Amino acid sequence: MSAWLCAIDHKRIGILYMLSALLFFLAGGMEAMVMRAQLAAPNLKLITPEIYNQMFTMHGTTMIFLVAMPILTGFGVYMVPLMIGANEMALPRLGSLSFWLQFFGGVLLYFSFATGAAPDAGWFSYAPLTEEAFSPGTGLDYWALALLMITGGSVGSAINLIVTIATARAPGMTMRLVPLFVWTTLVASVMIVFALPALAASLVMLLSDRLLHAHFLDSSQGGAPLLWQHYFWIFGHPEVYIVVLPAFGMISEIIPVFSRKPIFGYPFVATSTVAIAFLSYGVWAHHMFAVALGRNFLAVFAAASMLIAVPTGMKIFSWVATMWGGAIRFTTAMLFAVAFLLEFTVGGLSGVAFAAVPVDWQMTDTYFVVAHIHYVLFGGTVFAVLAAVHYWFPKLSGRLLDEKLGRWSFWLIVLGFNNTFFVQHFLGLLGMPRRVYTYPDLPWFGTLNLFSTVGAAVLVFGILLFCANIAMSLFFGTQAGDDPWNAWTLEWAAPSPPLLQNFAEIPEVRSRRPLWDRKHPEAPDWMGAQ
Amino acid sequence: MGPLFSPHSPQAQSIAGVFSLVLAIAAVVFLVVAAAVVYSVVRYRSSGLATAEPRQIFGSRSLEILWTVVPLLIVTGLFIVTVRAMVLIDAPQNSTRPPDLVITGHQWWWEARYPNGVVVPWEIHIPTSRRLLARIESADVIHDFWVPDLARKMDAVPGRWSYIWLDADTPGTYSGSCSEFCGAQHAWMRFRVIAEPEHDFETWLKNEARGTPNEVPGTEERLFIDKGCANCHSVAVLAPSSGKGPSLAGLMTREFLGGGILRNTPENLMLWLTDPQAAKPGNRMPNTLLTAEERRLLLIYLESLR
Repeated sequence: MSAWLCAIDHKRIGILYMLSALLFFLAGGMEAMVMRAQLAAPNLKLITPEIYNQMFTMHGTTMIFLVAMPILTGFGVYMVPLMIGANEMALPRLGSLSFWLQFFGGVLLYFSFATGAAPDAGWFSYAPLTEEAFSPGTGLDYWALALLMITGGSVGSAINLIVTIATARAPGMTMRLVPLFVWTTLVASVMIVFALPALAASLVMLLSDRLLHAHFLDSSQGGAPLLWQHYFWIFGHPEVYIVVLPAFGMISEIIPVFSRKPIFGYPFVATSTVAIAFLSYGVWAHHMFAVALGRNFLAVFAAASMLIAVPTGMKIFSWVATMWGGAIRFTTAMLFAVAFLLEFTVGGLSGVAFAAVPVDWQMTDTYFVVAHIHYVLFGGTVFAVLAAVHYWFPKLSGRLLDEKLGRWSFWLIVLGFNNTFFVQHFLGLLGMPRRVYTYPDLPWFGTLNLFSTVGAAVLVFGILLFCANIAMSLFFGTQAGDDPWNAWTLEWAAPSPPLLQNFAEIPEVRSRRPLWDRKHPEAPDWMGAQ
Repeated sequence: MGPLFSPHSPQAQSIAGVFSLVLAIAAVVFLVVAAAVVYSVVRYRSSGLATAEPRQIFGSRSLEILWTVVPLLIVTGLFIVTVRAMVLIDAPQNSTRPPDLVITGHQWWWEARYPNGVVVPWEIHIPTSRRLLARIESADVIHDFWVPDLARKMDAVPGRWSYIWLDADTPGTYSGSCSEFCGAQHAWMRFRVIAEPEHDFETWLKNEARGTPNEVPGTEERLFIDKGCANCHSVAVLAPSSGKGPSLAGLMTREFLGGGILRNTPENLMLWLTDPQAAKPGNRMPNTLLTAEERRLLLIYLESLR
């Protein structure tokens, strides 16, 4: 027990991140199911509006801060040293501190339930609804304090990853040769370091208003409610890419291995990641298109928001081109990766719709947005993470996940996910606003919502099957060996699971696929035009 | 029907046009990607582990440039369409022209004020022959004024004035809702915009402005005042808004109570008098602890408000 509590080994900390993310994922999922139950039919009264508002606030906050960020950080902390041929993170004790700040931030957030006043102003918590006059309970104080802790933890782990990637690469591994998951983790970490302080600043303003009676965000006292929105989204939009870029990295590892071809256009994929990071700091106001900010101002943000679709599209094409001409092996990991491609494309394209300002003027804050973000964050990030779990589980545990159970859970999750969220596009188009605890019995509203709720139940079943697969395979799975997928990056050169010291001997790297070079001495990558 | 299938103003029409274009582009892009994925999956599926490695291809500069430049051209075109539509749809935000209508969002009700002093909650009348410049305001937190068939949505931000064109090409009743989360009863801020021919609209506005003749208050009205109801709810259209609760003038002409949460029936009015928090949980109306007899008299009074 104390070996885990006091762990400073990157592999243990990585697993702690993953377990804590899974725990909160189940909590956030339960909150979502409460909402879907309440919305199953018009005018239901299963829960009060106050409880409903707590549910969607906690669901959004949990999934972003306690699931998406930590699961990706967990994979980063576990895999990055292995993938770059290092034995440890650069700053092991900072790694431990970062995790526990993050975890206890989550515990503090959930403790608000015990006080009877969970936060209820949404994960975006717009002022002045969050001011004491309109939200007198303590829920938002818990929310702000918990997020401050999580911010500290996130920045700590990001710095740790940056320093590790900058200093601990194996001999010969230049920045042009690092695996793409390492690239995207590096870029996302740099983004965390620059974006999260904006969140911290806005949280401090909010807490000052609430606890010290300052007036940063209170227009009746000369403050500016929109200040919150600008600060929050300067953090909030880069945040979307913070939880998407490492997922891109995972896909960029998995598709090549199971297509038996190197990633198509490595320099383009790596560069487009940097382009996305750069542009993502110039698109925040597209969350504020419904505010009268002036036409020219909005047009600039519309242009940037459309531009960001270009590097994202480049990646999609690169992944498809990687599959093209390959010899594709349909493991469960690859199934999730292929489903990711299609679902993320849907989410990306509906995102372009919102960049067209007039469309946003109609569709923002409707269920169309709910559909869009879930296609990006679930169809994108979660599917990539599920692919990554199936891909790297053998490395973490030494055992393979059960393929049959894996396939069942894959199809249930695909079916449940698309049933839940695809119809929400139509609900938005029909005029259903989001964040409503119930709705009138208008044509199609009841039918489509019921369809969505049934889909959510199927999705839960698929997720539970996935959890069962993990639990069973951990004890009864087939022995994996060091390199079950015949893969090419350095983590597969270490034992499964790796020992405390990852590599008995630090491998030398001459190309992007060191294990390919080792397996194919007759045609190593470094001899060709990689 | 939904906003993008039944636009009823030039502004909404323009939005529907941009959306259709985006939808068409998105459909083509998705089909291209999906076709390529499906083709790869079917054509390049490997039978087992033992097969030889396929030819190792590391990229193609010309293909990569192609799928950078083509999307760039598409979004450039889309940007031009976007800006043109914005110019058409958006109302001037710094105009010196006084608004034709001021719409205020409250937790959780809407109110419209006309230049001649008429104040109406929930049901906003407009003429069909011309576009009105509507100023959107908030009395408390951020709301969002949204009538999908007629106009762009506009956030009502406290301390700021924002303007939209409110326009309808055909007479009719158009439903609207609040589209920015604003607290417990965000779900029930549903309102209506009633578009009428110019003549009918002018007649309506004049009739409203004439107001109800000042009679000596009867027992029921005296009770309405004595019990404090009148502190928040005015019953005359010309009275300035209290800002605390919606005016009850013309109450019996409304189909719904509380922004759509209840139908306007005597039973539901009675529920509201008995336990406002049961009628609309979280709303700002306190329980006034009326006796059964007082409730009966007040109901009679409310039913006289036409």
